[in-house]
Amino acid sequence: MNEPATKHRIPEFIVGAVLLLLAIVAYIGRRADWFPPIVLGTAASVVVIILIAASLAWILIRTIQGHQAERRIVYLYIGIAVTLPLFMSLTQKISISPEVQTLYNGLAALPPGSKVLATFDYDPPSAPELQPMAETFFRYAFHNDLKVIVIGLWPQGPQQANLALNKILAEDEFKQMNLRYGVDYVNLGFQSGNEFVIQRMGSSIRSMFPADIYGTPYDSLPLVRNVRNFSNIDYSFNLSAGYPGTKEWVLVAVDRYGLNLGAGNTAVQVTEMYPYVRSGQIIGILGGMNGAAEFEKITDQIDKGTRFMLSQSFAHMVVIAFIFIGNVAYFTIERKGKR
Amino acid sequence: MRREIPLLITGIVGIVFIVQYFIPHYPFGRMSDWFSDWFSIVASCAILLGALNLMKMSVLKVISRKGDWIYALITIACFALITVIGLAEGRDFRDTGTGFSWLYDYVYSPLSSTMFAILAFFVASASYRAFRARNFEATLLLLAAFFVMLGRVPVGDVLTGFLPESMQMSHLATWIMNIPNTAGQRAIMIGIALGLVSTSVRIILGIERSYLGGE
Amino acid sequence: MLKCLDHLAESSRSAFLSAAFLLALAVFAPLTFAQDQPAPPLTDSTGEATATPLAPVPPTAVTAIDRPNDAGGAITISWELSTDDAAGRVTEYKILRAEGAADGPGPFTEIGNATAGQNRFEDGNVEDDRVYFYKVAALNTLRENGITLTETTVESDVVGPVESHAQWFNTGRSRVLVGVLILSGLIIFYIQRARAGREIFIRKIAGLEAVDEAVGRATEMGKKIFYIPGSQDMDNVQTLAGITILGRVAELAAQYETHLEVPVSRSLVMVTSREVVKEAYIKAGRTDSYNDDQVKYLTDDQFGYAAAIDGMVVRERPATIFLMGSFYAEALVLAETGNSVGAIQIAGTGQPSQLPFFVAACDYTLIGEELFAASAYLSKEPRQLGSLKGQDVGKGLILVAIAIGIILETLHIWDVSKLFTVID
Repeated sequence: MNEPATKHRIPEFIVGAVLLLLAIVAYIGRRADWFPPIVLGTAASVVVIILIAASLAWILIRTIQGHQAERRIVYLYIGIAVTLPLFMSLTQKISISPEVQTLYNGLAALPPGSKVLATFDYDPPSAPELQPMAETFFRYAFHNDLKVIVIGLWPQGPQQANLALNKILAEDEFKQMNLRYGVDYVNLGFQSGNEFVIQRMGSSIRSMFPADIYGTPYDSLPLVRNVRNFSNIDYSFNLSAGYPGTKEWVLVAVDRYGLNLGAGNTAVQVTEMYPYVRSGQIIGILGGMNGAAEFEKITDQIDKGTRFMLSQSFAHMVVIAFIFIGNVAYFTIERKGKR
Repeated sequence: MRREIPLLITGIVGIVFIVQYFIPHYPFGRMSDWFSDWFSIVASCAILLGALNLMKMSVLKVISRKGDWIYALITIACFALITVIGLAEGRDFRDTGTGFSWLYDYVYSPLSSTMFAILAFFVASASYRAFRARNFEATLLLLAAFFVMLGRVPVGDVLTGFLPESMQMSHLATWIMNIPNTAGQRAIMIGIALGLVSTSVRIILGIERSYLGGE
Repeated sequence: MLKCLDHLAESSRSAFLSAAFLLALAVFAPLTFAQDQPAPPLTDSTGEATATPLAPVPPTAVTAIDRPNDAGGAITISWELSTDDAAGRVTEYKILRAEGAADGPGPFTEIGNATAGQNRFEDGNVEDDRVYFYKVAALNTLRENGITLTETTVESDVVGPVESHAQWFNTGRSRVLVGVLILSGLIIFYIQRARAGREIFIRKIAGLEAVDEAVGRATEMGKKIFYIPGSQDMDNVQTLAGITILGRVAELAAQYETHLEVPVSRSLVMVTSREVVKEAYIKAGRTDSYNDDQVKYLTDDQFGYAAAIDGMVVRERPATIFLMGSFYAEALVLAETGNSVGAIQIAGTGQPSQLPFFVAACDYTLIGEELFAASAYLSKEPRQLGSLKGQDVGKGLILVAIAIGIILETLHIWDVSKLFTVID
């Protein structure tokens, strides 16, 4: 329950200040166009990794000597592990998991001109994980002439979709394609009512979205004019960070109306969706940053998801190291204490 | 009557929702639509109650200068700022370039993201503290966590690169997620679904009425 | 409720597969491990239209029927794909409709289209009891840079007349009805039996046994108790379950004269919680100590709510924190902060993905159904206990069905999971 007894307590503000400093440095690094980013080559990166590993080994030794590291040291290391890789030029091999492969196969099987319903059920906090998936999805869809219909059951969802769309449509490649709003893609906006919206979309999409996000009436949009309900949708792609989300789409749209559903979820909730993937109710699923990176790899467009995976690798390694240290502490300090 | 009327409403709405699931014919489907619309209307109006309560508490705190009154002052200031800007910008307050959207993009979004990101730190400290090989089951959990954490990032495959591909860490992680994890999730889901059914039956029949304040 | 039914049907179906898998696993585990899953070949999805659009063969066997099991207002049109579809000589299908006149169909107008490869269209824009006729046309379009150069259309035969009607029973859901009747019947039966005075055994739930101890500890330390009923609204049954336990906690807090604070994230939850806490104080005979402001609304925003509570926890350092209801990503943010100030924490949720976090950061965790059982457990009211018994018998039936399902499906005798499929 209580904080383990320790001799060297680092004052909270020092940890806070170091993390803040790291965040500022990371921000400056990202703004590469007005400040030269600090990039560590392979050799320098390896040296940094060795230094981190050595300091972790030192913590381990201290633990064996009976000085248990406290929570704030863990935070400090997580902060370092997440920020430092942003400055490293190391690349990693991403392997494709079966649930990403099946999601991709579902998309790849769609003939050009297929209508895809993209449902955005998340808000800015989960954007780091889900936004790369959204961008990759739009790129893939436009490359392969899939028609995208965006809706959101979260108020901020359609805005997130627009952020991704604006970014992609500004890229040279897509500028040349002359994609037309209302014909190649459309954003129908947000509708409140959670799963009841899905249920009513099952009989009529228009009744739930009488106009798009800009107020254009449903029937004036060529792409959706003839889309009555889920039976006119060839595939749907849901990005979800909670309720309502993938689960509600499965329970209502997939189970009752037989919609084809692929999904992207935050890493926190993806474990809950595996039963639906295994039973075939969800075609495939992308889980967290890792899922985003795999999706980028399989659609052959390396972006944010892949780049941030190095941070995730580091963070996982640090957590594993601390779990190990924690167990060493358990067997050397805590158990002895009990005896 | 103070008890009977809410119980009656609960019972009727509950039964209509079940009936409309099996009888598509008018008026049941329409009735369930009405009820869900009414829930949205009541919930939206009730937000005023909440907001007013928040303001009342904050103002009282500032006046009495009790404890952390400075936080209450910040709450009032932020509440006033976003309300005034939102109202002043009229119907199009959410369009890009408005003051409201600026506040949303550069204040609200980063603050929310920060709270979500704190999760990374808390996951680390919780695993550091809780993942101990105390007994056989805990050791199993620990091993599963180890394999999934390594297998979910590319470095896992790098470390096991010398093994045949089907034995590599990512395959192991996928196996753990797909089989033991799914089996456990299903068991919990069935239990929860049954609990939901039983609670719903109790509520519809009026046996469970503690949510109305006592028996 | 309706959601739970679906959930149940779905869960039991998955349970079959899951259990079957576990069984198979015992035998084939080493094999499963070693099997590499090769990536299936990727389909080429960039089909270009041919240079000279030939007239495609029209779709055949067109049918138009009233969509079954609906509230009316829909007709389903289906057809057999044009023989040119697979060869890429069909770009899309057009659906044409005419209203019935005295001497057959009136003029046809286009009402919708379907992508090549699709053989079904739902016309959801019809009036009940009106006569309609349909045709399906196959289209072959030549496009360049998004501009249509030429277009060839070939129409099928006319089908009809067809009318749409509303149905009185959704036959596709008859299995769910059977499930609902059995489960609810069992629950009601055991409620009646309990009412008649039958003794019902209920196992100890550690998390609920600890409620008294947790409240007592706050009293000893002279510190506050925080009760957090989840971040969802009153339409979530988990929130209701959380508020039920709040009643019990408030009563204890009133008896011990310990300050209880209930920060909530929904206005309706605030109103309901106030009612519950007030009743509890009245019951404990401490009406004067109750104050409406003990239950306070913070914000509807998920992480704003988490931030506000974290701030309160860090500043006020409560001795005890209850987290009971529906939680999402804020679960660990709240629980870990509570843990860091050394509070005793009892959590309960029906969100499977948040359970591991609660288990790691709290002293006691009510797992899923235990949260729903809490009301019966705490009140010891016979009728509520009876409903638990009914629920358990229902679970027993599901277990038996799973066992039979595993045997029948493993031996390829009969596909039992079909029984649990619900698709309209």
